[in-house]
Amino acid sequence: MYAFLYNQPVIHYCLPVSMTAAADFHTIIATLRPRLLGFARLQLRSAAAAEDVVQDALLAAMEGAERFKGEAAFSTWVFAILKNKIIDEMRRARRTKDDIDAEDALDDALSALFDQRDHWVDMPPAWGDPEASLEQKRFWEVMDTCLTQLPKSPARVFTMREFLGLETEEICKELAISSSNCWVLLHRARLALRECLNVRWFGETAS
Amino acid sequence: MISCKHATELISQGLDRSLSLAERLRLRLHLFICIGCRNTLRQFRFLRKALSQHPWRL
Repeated sequence: MYAFLYNQPVIHYCLPVSMTAAADFHTIIATLRPRLLGFARLQLRSAAAAEDVVQDALLAAMEGAERFKGEAAFSTWVFAILKNKIIDEMRRARRTKDDIDAEDALDDALSALFDQRDHWVDMPPAWGDPEASLEQKRFWEVMDTCLTQLPKSPARVFTMREFLGLETEEICKELAISSSNCWVLLHRARLALRECLNVRWFGETAS
Repeated sequence: MISCKHATELISQGLDRSLSLAERLRLRLHLFICIGCRNTLRQFRFLRKALSQHPWRL
C-alpha cells in the first residue's frame, strides 16, 4: 500500500518548485505519514481504517499540492483533509454489541464513583503539577491507553471535540445526536479519562 | 446544594457551552466547599490542554 504512494511518478509534475525534487517530497511524506497514521489510528481504533483515511488524505493532498509553497503549508493542508476524512469515517461507523456492552460497563464504573446521594465515594486528589507530565513520553503512552479504553460513543464525541476541535453543535449535526446526549457523552469521557489517568499515572507519581 | 455528580456535569458542560447565571452560582457555591470537585475542575481543564498538545497533532 505504501509503495503505491512512493512510486507514483505523476505527482512530481504537479508539485511546486520548492517541492519538485522527488526526494524532498518523499521525505515530507515519510515524516508526515507516521504522525497522520498515529492521529487517525487513535481516533478510528482500527489500523486498516487508519491506513485507508491517511492514504486517501495524502492522495487528495497531492492533487492540489501545486498551490502550496513549502512543507508547513502542505502539512497543515494534509492534516485538514485528514480531519474531514476521519469525521466521514466516524459518521459511518456503527456501534456493535461489544461497543454497547463496553458503554454499559463504563456507566456502571462511573456510577460507582458516587454514593447514593451522588457525592464522591473517594474525593479526587490533586495532581500536583500535571503540566510537567506533558514533557514525558511515558505520559503520552498512558494517555493513549486511557483514550483507547473509552467505549466508541464517548470516545468519538470526545475526540471530535478535543482532537478535531469541533463545537458540540457541529458534532451533534455530524452524528445526528441531541446536544444533551453530546454533553452526557463528553462528561462520561472526561470522568473516565480523569479516573484512568489518576490510577495509571498521577496516582503513581504522587505516591 | 447540588451533588458532586451534578457539579461534575456542570464543570464538563462549562467546557462546551456557556452556563446560565443560576448554573454558575450553584457550581461556584459547590466548589467553594468541595475540594474533590475543585480538583476535578482543574483536571478536566488539564485534559483539554493536554489533548491540544498531543504529539500526534500537527
